[in-house]
Amino acid sequence: MTSLYDLAVVLRSKNAGPFLMTIDVMLPDRASFLRVATSPAFSVETISSAYGVDAREVRVIPVEEINTVKVTLPRMVGERGSGSPGDTDVYGAQHHGPLIDIEVE
Amino acid sequence: MIIGSAGFGGGRPHVNTALEMLKRIAEEEHLTLTCAVIQAEIESATVLDAFRQGLITPMPGAPALDEERIVSSSRIVGQMGTEPLVRALRTGADVILAGRACDAALYAAVPLMHGFDPGLAFHMAKVMECGAQCAIPLAPSDCLLGSIDSEGFTLRPLNPDRICTPESVAAHALYEQPDPFRIVEPEGEVDLTETRYSQIDRASVRVSGSRFVPQPPPFRIKLEGARIRGYRAITVAGARDPAVIANLDAIESRARETARAHLAGHLDESQYQIRFLFYGRDAVLGHLEPSKTSPHEVGVVIDVVGETLDIAQDVLALVRASTLHAPFEGRKTTAGNLAMPFSPSDFVGDAVYEFSLYHLMEVHDMTSLFPLETIVIGG
Repeated sequence: MTSLYDLAVVLRSKNAGPFLMTIDVMLPDRASFLRVATSPAFSVETISSAYGVDAREVRVIPVEEINTVKVTLPRMVGERGSGSPGDTDVYGAQHHGPLIDIEVE
Repeated sequence: MIIGSAGFGGGRPHVNTALEMLKRIAEEEHLTLTCAVIQAEIESATVLDAFRQGLITPMPGAPALDEERIVSSSRIVGQMGTEPLVRALRTGADVILAGRACDAALYAAVPLMHGFDPGLAFHMAKVMECGAQCAIPLAPSDCLLGSIDSEGFTLRPLNPDRICTPESVAAHALYEQPDPFRIVEPEGEVDLTETRYSQIDRASVRVSGSRFVPQPPPFRIKLEGARIRGYRAITVAGARDPAVIANLDAIESRARETARAHLAGHLDESQYQIRFLFYGRDAVLGHLEPSKTSPHEVGVVIDVVGETLDIAQDVLALVRASTLHAPFEGRKTTAGNLAMPFSPSDFVGDAVYEFSLYHLMEVHDMTSLFPLETIVIGG
């Protein structure tokens, strides 16, 4: 078992507009890409539960050509979009946190 | 030269500030320049009208809209596509100064005006708008050269210390985008599923196969609206005492109760909002924070948003003092719960905004929505 953080060469989150966030998990090679892309620990269900959002609003998109898995989900902070009261991460750059410790076989 | 979105926000004051800078530079350099200025601010009456006709739809994730939010917006801009920019280019102006514009439109306008394939033009533009962010090593502030022809386009960084690779260019399609295979613009969508990337020399990448799917009329443009939610005052402090760190939640609720009791009869609770952020514990992720380890030191930010700045400052003063002296079970630090690094301790922010609009609006006439004015500056 390896944590997603140790496996990935890039693990980043960012706003995709003021109401969505997107997370890129870039893996170093095809073998580790397949480990993540096929892992039951890295599924729509586990991710939606880590972020407390409805599974129907989470997309997990494998981008095989560049050994990357992309996750797009609603922004959880801010009452009405990025920068509004209650926001803790205006650019969404540290919201990969809940995925860091996911263990992949 | 094309400049946009002027001053980032692309509203009227931002365009005007950028124009003043241009005028000053032209005068200092003894240049006479024709400047085509395209405004992108949209009157709330126009938006309200469209809303009543059912011509406005939310972007994914955007909350519902109502008339009050439209009319109380401080400012609404529309993201122009390539049409207003091509119109400005055709005037032969030396400088085009655009208000809010789609990032890709700024780079796609020239190749589209010359009749190149929109799939290639928009894809190239989408990569170029981030400069050398698609290079290795990546840098958003360095230059990228794009050359387009009828079969594809070629990208290379101008800095010899950087290169583009097929992977680095392909990976850029991920950046700040919800979908890595689709670029959505007002004119249509670019489908990247058949796109091919190849290395043609040490630093250059050739791209082909990006396919344009035109949007049938009516066109829709994206609106961004901002609305004031209040005014902010904050204080920053640190906790080092182990019992304080273990009891932060109890201290917070005690401070809130004390403040509420003092404010009752003077201010309605709808006139202010109090927030505690505990850096080192869970300030960034809040209830999503998976780590439960106990830190030896915690940074505390108390954030108050008030209906006016006076209210924010008054409430903050009360909450700060109440936090500093809040009693709790097992307290040893009876002279104060927090280390205040600054005197005076409180800081005022600025107006706090929220997105009133992040919606698409059907439009039939880009010319009136994004008016063009040509002026001569410098000389």
